[in-house]
Amino acid sequence: MQPWRVELRNSMKPKDRLAIPRVKMPELDPEYRSHTMKEEVNLGLTPEMALMESKRCIDCANPTCVQGCPVSINIPKFIKNIERGEFLEAAKTLKETSVLPAVCGRVCPQEKQCEAQCIHLKTKNEAVAIGYLERFAADYERDTGNISIPEMAAPLHKKVAAVGSGPAGLAFAGDMAKMGYEVVLFEALHEIGGVLRYGIPEFRLPNKIVDAEIRNLIAMGVHFVTNCIIGKTITIDDLLAEDYKGIFIGSGAGLPRFMNIKGENLVGIMSSNEYLTRVNLMDAANPESDTPVIKGKKVAVIGGGNTAMDAVRTARRLGAEKAMIVYRRTEEEMPARIEEIKHAKEEGIEFMTLRNPIEYYGDKNGRVTHMLLQVMELGEPDASGRRSPVEVKGKTELVEVDEVIVSVGVSPNPLIPQSVKGLEVTSRGTLVVNEETMQTSIPYIFAGGDIVRGGATVILAMGDGRKAAKGMNEWIMKQNS
Amino acid sequence: MNKIVSKEYLSPNVVKFEVEAPLIAKARRAGHFVIVRVGEKGERIPLTIAAADTEKGTITLIVQKIGLSTSKLCELNEGDCITDLVGPLGKATHIENFGTVVCACGGVGTAPMLPIAEAMKKAGNHVITVLAARTKELIILEEQIRKFSDEVIIMTDDGSYGNKGLVTDGVEMVLKRQKVDLCVTIGPAIMMKFVSELTKKYNIPTVASLNTIMVDGTGMCGACRISVGGKTKFVCVDGPEFDAHQVDFDEMLIRLNGYKDIEREQLHKISPNS
Repeated sequence: MQPWRVELRNSMKPKDRLAIPRVKMPELDPEYRSHTMKEEVNLGLTPEMALMESKRCIDCANPTCVQGCPVSINIPKFIKNIERGEFLEAAKTLKETSVLPAVCGRVCPQEKQCEAQCIHLKTKNEAVAIGYLERFAADYERDTGNISIPEMAAPLHKKVAAVGSGPAGLAFAGDMAKMGYEVVLFEALHEIGGVLRYGIPEFRLPNKIVDAEIRNLIAMGVHFVTNCIIGKTITIDDLLAEDYKGIFIGSGAGLPRFMNIKGENLVGIMSSNEYLTRVNLMDAANPESDTPVIKGKKVAVIGGGNTAMDAVRTARRLGAEKAMIVYRRTEEEMPARIEEIKHAKEEGIEFMTLRNPIEYYGDKNGRVTHMLLQVMELGEPDASGRRSPVEVKGKTELVEVDEVIVSVGVSPNPLIPQSVKGLEVTSRGTLVVNEETMQTSIPYIFAGGDIVRGGATVILAMGDGRKAAKGMNEWIMKQNS
Repeated sequence: MNKIVSKEYLSPNVVKFEVEAPLIAKARRAGHFVIVRVGEKGERIPLTIAAADTEKGTITLIVQKIGLSTSKLCELNEGDCITDLVGPLGKATHIENFGTVVCACGGVGTAPMLPIAEAMKKAGNHVITVLAARTKELIILEEQIRKFSDEVIIMTDDGSYGNKGLVTDGVEMVLKRQKVDLCVTIGPAIMMKFVSELTKKYNIPTVASLNTIMVDGTGMCGACRISVGGKTKFVCVDGPEFDAHQVDFDEMLIRLNGYKDIEREQLHKISPNS
C-alpha cells in the first residue's frame, strides 16, 4: 500500500471514524420537486460532506465492498483519495474500471451491492455512503472541467462492433477502446444511451450527465452510429464483410409485457416503456415537442419496480392529482430501491399494495375510466423466495382512473435473435452465453445486459459489458496466434 | 444524412419524396416501413416504403398531410435533409404464387401497395388492383400500379373517374365474377374493416397492412398494439401485415384516435405561411 494511504489510515482511530454519522443526501423539497419535470431530486454532497463521509471508511484489510461491485471499482482507493483531498485522483480511480461513474453514482442499487458488503454493517453501524461519494467524485471532475481520459493502449488496428448504446454497450466500448480496438457502436434510436436516455427520468439522471459520459467515450475514440438497426438496416454478415473481428450484442429488453386482461388496450393504458419514452426520449412534456403524451389526473402505475417508481413520479410531475402504485404483494417484496420508494412517498404517491388489476372499463370513446382490482394476501414463498400473492376470494375494488401505466416487466428484444441464424436462445428469448466470457453460441458474437438477463440493472449490464470485452479480447488474440 | 433528392405533389395533400438512404434501399422488401423524424423536437412517425432504387441509393416515401408531423415533413423541399430515418422495419410481405390476388387500396394506401403488387406480379400471380378514392384528383400512382396489375379497377365516391362507388363495390364485382385466392388491403382503417367484412363473407383469405401509432417502431413501447384473434400483437414487430379477418378493427380505430385531441391543439405549431 502506498505510504500516503498508510499515513491516512493511521491518522484517525477506527473508533473515531465509526463515531461519525452517515451523511444525509441533500434533496429538493418534495412539494416543490413534484411539480418540476427535470430538476434532479438528489442534490449531491458538498466537498465538506464528502470529506467527512470519506473518513468513515476505515480502509479495512479485506475490502469486501469491491467484490460487491459488478465492475470491481477500487472503492477504498477512491474514497481515500477523497479523504486526502485529491478529488480528481478519486475520479480517475473510478474510471479505471467504470465508464459511467456519474451515472452509477446515481442509479446503482448500492445498498444491495458494495454498501451491502461494508464492514460497518457487521458491527451494526451504517455502511459508508459509497454511492454518494462515487457521484461526488465523478461530478467534481466534470463540473470543474477536468475530465480525464483513461490510459489507452496502442492502436491494434482491429475493428469491433457493439449493438445497442445502453449501459452494456457503453461499458464494452470503453474497455475495448482502452485495449486499443477501433470500436463502432450502433444504435437503433436517434439518441445514444439506451435506457439511460429513454427510460430513466431526468429528475433521477439528467441528460447532461449522460451526454458528458458519452463525450468522454467519443474522446476515447469510440464511434457512434445512430438510426442503424443491426439485423435490419445492416446484417451481422455485412459487419463481418467489413472486417469486424467481433460483435457485442447489448440490444436490451425491448418488449414490454402486458397482463392480457380485459380492457387493457383501451386508450389511456400504456406500457411504462411507452410513457417514459414519450417523456424522456421525445421530451413530450415540453410544449415545444411534437410528441404528445396523455397527462392523466388519476394515474395508476401497475408494478413495484424502479421503472414503476419512475413512471408514477413522472405522472405526478405531469400534473396527476392522484398518482398510485398498484402492486400485488406488500411493500417489503417490492423490487424498487428503498430510496425510490421513499422519494415517491414524499412526493405524495399512494401505495395500493396487495392489489392486482383484473379488468379495465372505458367510456364510449374507448378511454379508460375505471380499473377493477382484486384484493390479494400473501401465501407461501414462491420460486423467487418471496411470499406469493394469492387472491382473497370475492374481494374486489373499483377505482376511478384516467390513465394506467403497465410496468410489469419486459421481454428481450426479438430483433437480433430473429435475424441471426444459429444464435442459441432460451425459452424466454434471452441469448445463451458462457457466463465467464459472455460468448454466445456463435464464437465471434458476445452479449450482455438485458438481452441475456431479461431485465436487470444498469450496473449489472455494465458488468456484462466489461466481462464481454475481456472475453472478446482474449478470443480475438487467440485467433491470431 | 437523408437528403431529399426529389419532391413531387401527387395530389394537393399527398407528396412523393425520393430520399437518400442507400442501406435501407438495399435491405428493404415489400411491406417494410421506416420511422421518420423531422426537426430536433420532431415526433417519430412510421411510413411505408413505396419503392426503392438500389443503384441511386434512394427510397420513395409517399406522405399525406394529416397532422402536425406529416405537414412538417411535406414542408421539406428537394435538397433538405430528413433529421432521422431508420429502417427497414416490420416483417416483409409473404410473397408466393397464390393464383389470383386482389389488391384493394384506398387513397394514400396505394403507395405501400405498389411494392406488394409488384412482388405479387413477379411471383406469377394474376393481379387485379382496385384503386379507390373520394374523387378523381385523389387517385394516385395509377400509371405505376398498372405496370404490375393485369387489371385495374378505379372507384371514386363521386363517380368523377372510373366507376362510381366504394372500394368494396369494386372488390365485390371481382369476387362475384371470378375465383380469387388472396386479397390484400391497404388504406384507412375503416376502409380495411369493410373490405375485410366483405371478403370474410366470400371466404377469401385477406391480408391487411396496418398503420398504427408508433413511437420507437422496434417493439419497445407497445403503442402500436392491436388485437388479432383475441391476442395482443405489436404492429411494428409482429406486422405490419395481419390476417384481416382476425383483426379487431373497431379497437384499432379507437386507438388511432387516442391522441386526436392533443394533436388538434398542436396543429398551431405549423408555420402559418405553409
